[in-house]
Amino acid sequence: MSSIQSIQSDVRDFVADNFLFGEDPESLNNDDSFLETGIIDSTGVLELVAFIEDKYSVEVDDDELVPENLDSIDRLINFIESKLKELA
Amino acid sequence: MLQSFLEQSAQDHPEKVALVIDQKRYTYLELEQQSNRLAQALLQRGLERGDRVAIHLDNSLEAAVAIFAVLKAGGVFVMVNPTTKIDKLTYVLNNSRARVLIIPEKKQKNIVEHSDLLPHLKTAITVGTAAKSQEHNELQMPRFESWDQLQAEFAEHITPPAIPTISIDLAALVYTSGSTGNPKGVMLTHLNMTSAARSITTYLMNESSDIILNVLPLSFDYGLYQLLMAFRVSATLVLEKSFTYPHAVLQKIISERVTGFPLVPTMSAILLKMDLSKYDFTNLRYITNTGAALPTEHILTFRKQLPHVQIFSMYGLTECKRVSYLPLDQVDTRTDSVGIAMPDTEVFVVDDQGHRLPPEHVGELVVRGANVMQGYWESPEQTAERLKPAEIPGEMLLYTGDLFRMDREGYLYFVGRRDDIIKSRGEKVSPKEVENVLFTHEKISEAAVVGDPDPVLGQSIRAIVTLMPGEELAEKEVLAYCRKHLEDFMVPQKIEFRDELPKSPNGKIDKKQLTLP
Repeated sequence: MSSIQSIQSDVRDFVADNFLFGEDPESLNNDDSFLETGIIDSTGVLELVAFIEDKYSVEVDDDELVPENLDSIDRLINFIESKLKELA
Repeated sequence: MLQSFLEQSAQDHPEKVALVIDQKRYTYLELEQQSNRLAQALLQRGLERGDRVAIHLDNSLEAAVAIFAVLKAGGVFVMVNPTTKIDKLTYVLNNSRARVLIIPEKKQKNIVEHSDLLPHLKTAITVGTAAKSQEHNELQMPRFESWDQLQAEFAEHITPPAIPTISIDLAALVYTSGSTGNPKGVMLTHLNMTSAARSITTYLMNESSDIILNVLPLSFDYGLYQLLMAFRVSATLVLEKSFTYPHAVLQKIISERVTGFPLVPTMSAILLKMDLSKYDFTNLRYITNTGAALPTEHILTFRKQLPHVQIFSMYGLTECKRVSYLPLDQVDTRTDSVGIAMPDTEVFVVDDQGHRLPPEHVGELVVRGANVMQGYWESPEQTAERLKPAEIPGEMLLYTGDLFRMDREGYLYFVGRRDDIIKSRGEKVSPKEVENVLFTHEKISEAAVVGDPDPVLGQSIRAIVTLMPGEELAEKEVLAYCRKHLEDFMVPQKIEFRDELPKSPNGKIDKKQLTLP
């Protein structure tokens, strides 16, 4: 099972590689809203979900596609953790 | 005057909820007072009749207040998409010679760094809890002022200023992609905009009981008009920043008892992938679509899944806001038509010489009406391509650049574009503008951008590039570069690498050979 630290670095790497486009990854705080910083649009959300499903072998339902689950690094980590607990 | 949409509603229904944003509700009276304060502040800081004010904010209370404040102060508002990058923002500010810019506080640094390039900008108003006003200093331009501090300073100024605006004064410049690669400002008067809003609210049968949910940016005229039209009929507007989280948006439809939901085809494609039966859409009266025609199968699926919901298929362009709508009783029989001219407008199809064509012939669509723009801001040549004299002396007709066929009963069918402008997600994309960005990439040698037919986007954007000798580049890297330099809707869906591009005998890239059959 993935540790919180490894989830955090995986998620940060994915966001940096796919959405930051050369901006300094350090400039993104773990609690920055993706919506408010404008770094992810609706296609981006679908990419994010595909990444989570693939990387952690979980399934994300339509009604889990809400900002509470996905809209910052911290929220993503919490969400992935709770999905992994469901499986355990 | 356009601002009377707010003023009249504030007078008739002061305590009614005008806007719902996040979890907050704002009444017509609150909006009226906030925009009066800002209008007084703008005037006190030297705004003159006809001065342009650029609003570079996402969908927010401040954006809505600013639009009406600028009008109340006798100014002309210019919406700039929140995803617009600094180079293009600079272009728009200089092209419009905007005197005031309203931005989120986090973009202040960007403006400071570019202030040398912005000779016309006198004041920048910053929105955000950390925003602070600067002392007045003649040498320092623009002067930064905090939105909150201005509202506090003008707290007592809750009545509208007396201004001499008349209905043929400009109300807005709406920047739209042009074939040269630089955006052009569509000049719209108060009369243009009130006429369009009246026609549209008439055929949509909007009433004060309507609750309209808008996720489209206010910088896109389709989004902007949701605000204007809601206020015209004293309805309630639920304003969301985006459609990024569809489930959350659909829950808003339920919790806010939304009656009207404007869509673009991309959104309807996402909706139709979801299980809509899980949601209670009892209160939803209508959905609208514009931009590209809604694919027939989308309409049919909506009719099946949401039989009680009225579907309005529409067509329009920024230069006159809206042209046509499909009457509800035709949706099942003329599903692929964008309908008839909207109330108080007239349309016809012409040949290359401007002669009216009989039914069933393909030609350019021409529009007559009080909604037709005054031209493109300080671009007489480009204006002359779109506005041409009518039979009545002095009247100008709008040549849309779109090819249409009209059937014997007057229903319109979209055929294609006359120029190479791409229409994607309902917004115009200039291939030249995208190509110009690609050319600035050091590894790219040549680039051509074309539109491919796409059932969801209308047209998808494809860039074909050749690389500098010995260089390598991945599609992902090119896309990332585009995202960094272009607004979201202009980023290509596909990058194609070739060894060389087809050329015409005189050496120009031959796009005909690159387009799909």
